[in-house]
Parts: sequence; C-alpha cells; structure tokens
Amino acid sequence: MIDAQNVYFTYPSGVEALKGVSLTIRNGEFVAIMGQNGAGKTTLVKHFNGLLKPTKGKVLIDEVETTKVSVATLARNVGFVFQNPDHQLFSETVEDEIAFALRNFGFKENVTKRRVTWALNLLGLTQYRKTSPFMLSGGERKRVALASVLAWNPKILILDEPTIGQDYQQKEKLRQFILQMKAQRKTVIIVTHDVEFVAECNPRVLLMLEGKIVADGEARKVLTNLEILTQASIVPPQIAQIFLQLSDLGLPKNIIDIYEAQGILLKFLERKAP
Amino acid sequence: MSVFDGLRFRRVYSPIHNLDPRIKFVYVCAIFAVAIIFGELLPLIILFIMQIPFVVLAGVKREWLRSMRGAAFLATIIFLTNFIFAYFGGREVAQSLENAVAMTLRFIVLVESFSIFFLTTSPDHLGLALEQTRIPYEFCFAFTTAVRFVPVLAEEAQTIMDAQKARGLELERGNFLKRIRNYIPILIPLIVSAIRRSLELAEAMESRAWGATKKRTNLYVLKMHRGDLVLVAITCGILATAIYVRLYLTIPSLNELFRSLF
Repeated sequence: MIDAQNVYFTYPSGVEALKGVSLTIRNGEFVAIMGQNGAGKTTLVKHFNGLLKPTKGKVLIDEVETTKVSVATLARNVGFVFQNPDHQLFSETVEDEIAFALRNFGFKENVTKRRVTWALNLLGLTQYRKTSPFMLSGGERKRVALASVLAWNPKILILDEPTIGQDYQQKEKLRQFILQMKAQRKTVIIVTHDVEFVAECNPRVLLMLEGKIVADGEARKVLTNLEILTQASIVPPQIAQIFLQLSDLGLPKNIIDIYEAQGILLKFLERKAP
Repeated sequence: MSVFDGLRFRRVYSPIHNLDPRIKFVYVCAIFAVAIIFGELLPLIILFIMQIPFVVLAGVKREWLRSMRGAAFLATIIFLTNFIFAYFGGREVAQSLENAVAMTLRFIVLVESFSIFFLTTSPDHLGLALEQTRIPYEFCFAFTTAVRFVPVLAEEAQTIMDAQKARGLELERGNFLKRIRNYIPILIPLIVSAIRRSLELAEAMESRAWGATKKRTNLYVLKMHRGDLVLVAITCGILATAIYVRLYLTIPSLNELFRSLF
C-alpha cells in the first residue's frame, strides 16, 4: 500500500514541484497518473521508491516511511521502469542486463538464471538473449528495460510513459500484461500522456495540475469531465469526444469503451430505424 | 554536481554581465597570473577579498557560494597535503600552517575567479567573443557546444543514477575498488547517450546547411563600453601593482607581522 500524506517537494533549483499531495493506493490497484508536462507526475512517482524524499509531509510504503530506508531496500518491493531505456542499459548482453538487478538484490545464481529466462519469455525477447541491448530497436530496448525490472517480481510496479515508441500491437500486449499483473494482485502505476491507452485500460485516473491532484476517480468519470480535462490541457479520448458531441440525442456522456459505445449506438440506431 | 552549479550561467542583467567577455577573460587571466606569482598569504588574502565586490555587483552570491562549497573538498585536500609535508619537512607549526593556508587560498582564488567568469558570461556571448577574435568558426562552435552541454550532461547523469538505483545499485557499498566498479552502470549509458546525441546533433546541423557559407556575419557585434574600459584600467592596475610589489618589496609573513605587533 502506498500512502502519501500532504507531500510537498521543492527541487534544489527552487522549483516547487509538489504542493500538498495526499493519496492512498491500495494493493492490487491499477492507477494512471496523467497531466501536462511539468505537472509533477514523475516527481510524485519518484517518491514511491524513495528516489526523492518529501521536503514536507510523509510517504509510507507498506507502513514504512521512505525517509527511513534506502532506495535499494524500497526497490525490492517497488519496481520503477524509467521513461528512456537508454538511461539504464549498459550490459554486454540482454541476459546480463536483466540479471543486473537480481545480482544487486543478492539472488542465488540458479534463481537468477530461472528468473531471467522467465522475464525474457514474458516479453518475447528470448531470441535476443545473447544480443547487445544497444543493437536492438527503440521499442525492444524499452521491453528489455521492463524485463529487467519485472525479473525480481516487485509487488508494486511503476511505469513512466510505457507506451511511447511502441506500435499498436506492443501496446495491446502491454495492456494484457498489466491486466495479468492486476489479476496477480500487484499494484501497477503508469505515468502517461496516452489518453487512448488509458481509455482502453479503464484504470483509476489521477489528474495532476501544477503539483496538485485535481481529479481522482474511475477513468470513465475523469476522462469525460470536460471542465477538469480542459483545465489540465488533456483532450478526451475519441470515443468520449463523439459521445460528448452527440449528447443532445439523449445518449450518455460518460462512455470511453469502444465495445460499450458500439452497443449503445447499435441500440440507438435500431430504435430509430423504422 | 555542486561544482557545476557554480559554473552554470543564469540569464540576469547586471553591470558585470554586460561587460565584454574578452575583457572579463583577460581580467580572470590576470588574477590567475597574480595568484601564481605570489605564494605568500597576505597578497592572496587581498586577492580573495578583491573579487567579492564583483560577486555582489553581479548578484550571483548564492551560486557563487555553492561553487565555493563544491571546491571545499579539494581545498581541504590541498590544505592537508601542504600542511603535512611542510610540517614533517622540518618547519615550525605556525609557519607550515600559514604556508598551507596560502596554497589553499591560491586554489580558492582560481576557482573563485573562474566561477565569476562563467556565472556572468552567457555561452552565446563567449562564442561571440571567440569568433570576433578571429578563431575559426568550427573551433568556436565546438567550444560553445561543449559548454552548452555540460548542464545537460550533469542532469542526464542524475537521471541515470536514479534509474540504476531503482534497480538496486548501491554506489556507496563495498571497498574502494568495488566502489569504482559501481560507477560502470552509470558511465556506460552516459557515454553512449553522449555519442548518440553528438551524432544526432551533427545530422541536424547538416540538414540545416551548416557551413554552407564561408563568410559568416553576426547579428550582434561586441563593442567596448565605458565599463569595459574601467575593467581594463583595473586589470592593468592590478598587474602593475603586483609586478612592482613582487620585484621591489619583500612581503612580510603574517607570523612576522603578528610578532612585531605584540
């Protein structure tokens, strides 16, 4: 469980990035944090594994205050995949890259091997086992970074902009994978600008604006609330846009799911047809 | 990274910021030379204090203090080595102390003046100064680009450190050799991305026809103003005084001064 209590954070440069953020994320929740650039999304999630410590307020991970333990200790339970894979890849082979964290955490060599194989398999990277990560394409490097974190099976998984540079098929795989994590009662937090992806996943959405949380709720509620979305400079998902514009036909406004939309439209057309 | 903070330029306007970078550079070199000429404590103290009005006038006190703090570690090492060697070399305590303080202060004066220069001179200005002293444009460009990317690189190093810490890397763990090895996961991504970025920069430059015209003209041309002339005068004054003092006067050590006073 993640518990942030009135968190303020000011960077050494004097920029106040968080201005009193309070939230609770229960185990097994799937949360998407959204907001325009500079809203404080990444700053907030960096507090969840102790990379940043609040200047005021508290962050508790499973009832432990983040100021009391090292990043490495927290990282054992909180996996954090950074936005740019090039900021972490350094090994000669993909296999070593994935084993890096496992060795840091002191896993036994035979366990490490098994976990690496498992993670390679999970993300469809088995054929690149002995390849240098620098030889891979952008999307593949991103998956290596993800695999290198998943390998130690953290309870909480934070993904910073996971959909950037991924084609539709990979995005769909990512979605399936997140749902799978959710089924295993793992907490997944994504930081993203990708409204369509969020609309498809339908998680709990936290909307941030200038260091504060301005909306917190189901995706279908937050992503169809035009007033708040405009404030946070976010365009609603396409399905929501259609339904918002068709609202004078008596159709519901809070629709973001394609299949739900299809059902409603079909029913509407059947009623209209003579 | 705090040393870099002391060298990072921020766009503000002050009489010092508006000075011609060439003159400022000559001034810094003069201070540098004077600091090397004198090994005695007294002139170095004067030299140190003389820089403070510049800092105040430029309004960069906070950043300057930060760079001083960044230099503190090296300064301590310089102080200790000098003191230990002088002391065990057979000098008395007071004398070796004075000598060590003087050497440390010399280092601090050098850092101080360079920090003032970089804090008050924008990279663009610096490039302009180089160009207008007829250095080939390729070299000026390489130089300004390098300066321009120092803060970017520092920031990137921080992100990489965060990313590796999130994967359980503990930089402060293990013995000396292990600690050095701990930096490999940080250095490799840093170097790789620097190379990648330089290639991208080269491509972007090519696509914008870099070097298409041999003769370049500048939008801004550096001109000397009254302030610059004042600084020239100050620089000449400092140099002349320093040379005169060095050649014709003996400088008392602080120890002797105190002894003659009491």
